[in-house]
Amino acid sequence: VSEMLSAQGFGGPGKMKEYHYAGAVENRFSPYAFNGGTVLAVAGEDFAVVASDTRLSEGYSIHSRDSPKCYKLTDTTVIGCSGFHGDCLTLTKIIDARLKMYKHSNNKTMTSGAIAAMLSTILYSRRFFPYYVYNIIGGLDEEGKGAVYSFDPVGSYQRDTYKAGGSASAMLQPLLDNQIGFKNMEGVQHLPLTQEKAVQLVKDVFISAAERDVYTGDALRVCVITKDGINEQTIPLRKD
Amino acid sequence: MALEDICCFKDKPAQQLFPFPALETDYHNLELERLKTSQTNWGDPQHIFIPPFPQATPFISRRTSRFRPPNHALTVQRPFPLSHGTTTLGFIFQGGVIAAADTRASAGGLVACPAVHKITPIHSHLVVTSSGSGADCMLWERILIREIRLYELRHKRRLSIRASAKLLSFMLHPFKGTDVCVALTLCGWEKEGGSSGLVHNFGNQSLVTDVSSSGTAGNTSAADPLSPNSGPQVIYVCSDGARLQGDIISVGSGSPYAYGVLDGGLSWGLSKEEAISLAREAVFRATHRDAYSGNNVDLFHIDAQGWIQRPREDLKEEYYRELERRSKRRREKKKRDTIESS
Repeated sequence: VSEMLSAQGFGGPGKMKEYHYAGAVENRFSPYAFNGGTVLAVAGEDFAVVASDTRLSEGYSIHSRDSPKCYKLTDTTVIGCSGFHGDCLTLTKIIDARLKMYKHSNNKTMTSGAIAAMLSTILYSRRFFPYYVYNIIGGLDEEGKGAVYSFDPVGSYQRDTYKAGGSASAMLQPLLDNQIGFKNMEGVQHLPLTQEKAVQLVKDVFISAAERDVYTGDALRVCVITKDGINEQTIPLRKD
Repeated sequence: MALEDICCFKDKPAQQLFPFPALETDYHNLELERLKTSQTNWGDPQHIFIPPFPQATPFISRRTSRFRPPNHALTVQRPFPLSHGTTTLGFIFQGGVIAAADTRASAGGLVACPAVHKITPIHSHLVVTSSGSGADCMLWERILIREIRLYELRHKRRLSIRASAKLLSFMLHPFKGTDVCVALTLCGWEKEGGSSGLVHNFGNQSLVTDVSSSGTAGNTSAADPLSPNSGPQVIYVCSDGARLQGDIISVGSGSPYAYGVLDGGLSWGLSKEEAISLAREAVFRATHRDAYSGNNVDLFHIDAQGWIQRPREDLKEEYYRELERRSKRRREKKKRDTIESS
């Protein structure tokens, strides 16, 4: 998968660089870099959980151990952005600006669904030079139920119950499918997810991700969104 | 500066060679210009940023350069894959139109989402099935819904399915040659006396010809069920510029398998249940053989009263039922053989 490659030498997904003389090679400047990180969001009956690790890496180096990828947008919405950090920063600045504009012209805060639809058009307006960001929005919808919206880098989105994005997403998503979606299990009782169980599951899942993904680790930032507000906690992860 | 750009204090660009605002190089995408309603239906209703490379414009412009790099890439090389791969189908029969699709969205080798909606209703008598790149399809469907609704509000009548297909095709045209990959099938029921144009019948498949609707409103087609201008219609529009009306359309990586099943079983006189089960079977066989299609099947049935969505079915169950049926048939055959031989 393309996330495994460093910015310098992607010869296509999964291809190793060949170490024999192959003729003249053009090393183009790539405007993208891959800074790693994993985000995860889970929607419950009346709550939503958005979590991300806090490692910022590039190639073999770690730039920072304290760079969380969850950004608070409104009192009921948090966005997690992972991928290229430069694009994450600009994208969140643009979303904040658009939120303020909406608030000033419509005298109300944007709902989670509206933010998701707006983000889709923002991402698609850069269809030919995309923001290299995997976004996941978690929040409460108008009825107070948990909502998770997951995006691809060019703006395709849909509402889910749970989603993992970023470098360890391919490892975490099947685990969530099994534990929250009860998929691939026969004869299991489908218990609704409580807030405590969801947070514990998220912690366990990130600990597993930090074991096997080099770009995930250092610390975990969990944001729990309920009608009473947003509650943040930080849990340490492996630092190696 | 960056903050200036974000707050939209921009100067008018010095040169405007093209009438399409989409091709202006624009560093901000707050789309304040676009928050006003789209005044015209032609051109691109979405403000899209084109990266400022020498070969960035799709039109061969007056600024000729003697050296044209061989890889004419409109886009920056992307380090991630986009979602692709699907099976969708639509066909007409005496009871209306059936539109069916699988629900898998794949990005490279990963299943990005196992439960996507590939069939979207546009209005009460029209649905569109999408195939190609997920984001492109989703956005272009939204744009199409918006433009059709605007037309309806401005002209107090609904756009015909043919005209919707034409509108979509023209909106996609500026992006021909770029990375945009959209293959939509408009499936719907056209009320009698659909809005515009004369139609020439070329046998079974009628190609939509560009005959303008000069005031021949008196020539509205009487309620002829086999006329291609009213009743059930299936029209395929793609970002390469193709626009085709037909009786059976199947799109995507799994379409060869779907066509095989449909061609084998389809006829005009099928009942509604038979048609639905044929469509399900076609998608099921395609998902079985095509790696990029799978998970569930969505089915819509459109008739004169509008569209009805059937509940989504998991194809895993269908696969096990199929195995059951096969082993039952084998058991019965064995029983018959032993009875005959004795």
